[in-house]
Amino acid sequence: MAEETTILESSEMILNMGPQHPSTHGVLRVKLKLDGEKVLDAECIIGYLHRGMEKIGENRTYPKYAPYLDRMDYVAAVTNNLAFLEAVEKLLGLECPPRAKYARTMLAEFQRIASHLLWLATHALDIGAMTIFLYCFREREEILKLFEEIFGARLTCNAFRVGGLTEDLPAGWLEQAKAFTDIFPSRVDDYEGILTENRIWLQRTKEVGVISAANAIDIGLTGPALRASGVKWDIRKAMPYESYADMDFEVPVGTRGDTYDRYLVRMQEMRQANRIIRQCVEGLPGGDFKAKTPRVIKPPLGEVYHSIEGPKGEIGYYIVSDGSTIPYRVRVRPPSFMNLQALAQLARGHYVADVVALIGTLDIVLGEIDR
Amino acid sequence: MFIFVALLLPVVALLAGRLLRPQMGHDTKLRPYECGVEPETDARERYSVRYYIIAILFVIFDVETIFLFPWAVIYDKLALFGFIEMLVFLGILIFGYIYVWKKGALEWV
Amino acid sequence: MAEAGIALIKIAVVLGFVLNLAALLTWAERKQSAVIQDRIGANRASVFGLRLFGLFHIAADALKMLTKEDHVPQTAEKFIHGAAPFISFFFALMGFAVIPFGDVLRVGGREIPLRILDLNIGILFIFAAIALEIYGSVLAGWSSGSHYATLGGMRGSVQMFSYEIAWGVSLLGIFMVYDSLDLNRVVLRQGDLLWGVLPKWGIVTQPLGFLLFLAAGMAITKRVPFDLPEGESEIIGYFVEYSGMKFGLFFLTDFVLTILISALLATLFFGGYQLPYLEPDGFRFPWGATWSLDHYTVVFLQFVALVLKIVFFCWLLLAVRWTYPRFRYDQLMDLGWKVLFPLAVANVILTGLVLTLIE
Repeated sequence: MAEETTILESSEMILNMGPQHPSTHGVLRVKLKLDGEKVLDAECIIGYLHRGMEKIGENRTYPKYAPYLDRMDYVAAVTNNLAFLEAVEKLLGLECPPRAKYARTMLAEFQRIASHLLWLATHALDIGAMTIFLYCFREREEILKLFEEIFGARLTCNAFRVGGLTEDLPAGWLEQAKAFTDIFPSRVDDYEGILTENRIWLQRTKEVGVISAANAIDIGLTGPALRASGVKWDIRKAMPYESYADMDFEVPVGTRGDTYDRYLVRMQEMRQANRIIRQCVEGLPGGDFKAKTPRVIKPPLGEVYHSIEGPKGEIGYYIVSDGSTIPYRVRVRPPSFMNLQALAQLARGHYVADVVALIGTLDIVLGEIDR
Repeated sequence: MFIFVALLLPVVALLAGRLLRPQMGHDTKLRPYECGVEPETDARERYSVRYYIIAILFVIFDVETIFLFPWAVIYDKLALFGFIEMLVFLGILIFGYIYVWKKGALEWV
Repeated sequence: MAEAGIALIKIAVVLGFVLNLAALLTWAERKQSAVIQDRIGANRASVFGLRLFGLFHIAADALKMLTKEDHVPQTAEKFIHGAAPFISFFFALMGFAVIPFGDVLRVGGREIPLRILDLNIGILFIFAAIALEIYGSVLAGWSSGSHYATLGGMRGSVQMFSYEIAWGVSLLGIFMVYDSLDLNRVVLRQGDLLWGVLPKWGIVTQPLGFLLFLAAGMAITKRVPFDLPEGESEIIGYFVEYSGMKFGLFFLTDFVLTILISALLATLFFGGYQLPYLEPDGFRFPWGATWSLDHYTVVFLQFVALVLKIVFFCWLLLAVRWTYPRFRYDQLMDLGWKVLFPLAVANVILTGLVLTLIE
């Protein structure tokens, strides 16, 4: 026998998780190298949802490009849209009226809650807790109904226009929004009641996928994933946009940087977002809902980078204008793309089941990763 | 008799299925599930040795528990003597168990 | 001839009960989860506009399974692939042969023992049946030739290994207390009264044993939080390459096993067909009151009692599914080997000590 084998030798199994897999949150493909249940190596393969978003931007006028961006992070269309429009407004040197600013802040926070609810629902489902999934969708449905009333669409709502809102808030909308903020904290208590002190949940999330603060900054994590590692960085506080400077809210921070901390941080963020909405509803100023904008959006020659704090992290747009109605180049900085980079590193040494939990905890949306 | 009925049930169910269902498989449909990409390795390779260690432990401990069954049944008649004797046996079993634990065979590394 | 007829009737009763209950459980699981999760649940299937709370979904499911195309992947070992669901289902059913659903029925001078098989090692028979049942899922995983199925099969086998020991040892206490491996004798002895008041059920004499058996039993039925071999959000499961009726058999096996574990829980820890204070000639309460009943009523009441107990445990096992997340693989092993097994051994020693002290 020329072939030499030891008795205990076993071959590594190469397992493709995705693109058609229930818990890769879209069409992510993770190539795992397994020794039994243990992950020896992981490699993320992306691009299954590539639609050439940035290239499309070079062929559409500024207002016409905005609806495309709803399809990037399709579970947080409002914030996606907002980041782009703010970048364009910055390029134009346009200032929104206060009413528009407050409304935008409020809707962005609604979107944050909706996005976090979807994250919680799917994350818990991946780990096997099914019931919370439908609880989260119940509240998300309320938010989507509010969106539908104001934008005419639920998921990919082309929320705003350059310079403000499309139209004023419909009559009775504020009361509904207020009613939502009244009940929502008790609903978050419900979710926490199911999970926060559940022994199995703790076992599955504590000490799983630990990212140190330094490492998180190196990778380029933003949003809750970064804050769970103990870095207090939130663009809403650091570089306030819209009306965040007027708002009173806290930025929850974790300590250990594991999956459980990321869970806690997001839960707290939902409560804080609720607080912000409350303040917006109560302090909504009157006046115009839209600034005076030129009929044709034609920014001057120049370039701008503007980013806001989306539900998943820093969502930013870099726009180069050549002075025409069409952007010369649009570059997107999607939070999911950066956050996903952590996955391969985190998965190494964990179990197959943890990979699913890690994909969940990073809260990725393939629409904006592949663009 | 029960065996025959129990045998019959799944067989009838499977046969009925065979008679009723359409047959129109084609090659792509019959590829094994690997999330939509070609599997890179054969699924029937050597598995991680961990599985086998657990299996061997199972055999050892299961045989030991089987020894306990007859003892449990006539426990009444054996009284104190039987109890002490079994403590000795259990002691050996527990010793082996602690050894295995300390050796790390129960950890899934 | 009469013997064969009686045996057939008994088989028909037991299998009819088990299969119908299993079918009902598929419906109950949906409806129950719907209630827990704040939604309506299956209610679309209708016959002439009659919906009946979605009960027709059972028939609709069966029809769907039967008429679905059967996929056997190219990489599969064809014969084993076909045999696996059959093995699973067959051995799961076999377990019911020794479950007593009554003591004896006296009809026209003939004594009919109300169980299919009178085995003096009944419980070992069930152990064997359940241990063989797992071959179905292991072979299914292996023969499919798919990585996901293989992982599921391996998980299934190792989970079985880890929990069957704790499962077996947790029952030792019961046999020490009731001196028999024959399930009917265990049930009969549970009819006694402790201190003249308390029924001497297994839950009273072996509370720790009950909890251990329940936990290990859930692991063996592969239900949440122990549903790792399926783990639908991770590895989809050992039956990922199955469709149609073959998948249907796996699906049904799950519920049949749930009923088997419920039946065992009822038989070993909750007095089986025994009702408290019900003697062969009627109720005899500890405070002296009596209520005499004829033989048939007593047998019937006992059968109903067993059915109710089984249904209760089925409900319990189903309800757990919707409240807990899933364990991870190493945590599952830790629980089986490092918690349940030592506790089960401690339970045996404790039981021995108490029994010795009583004498």
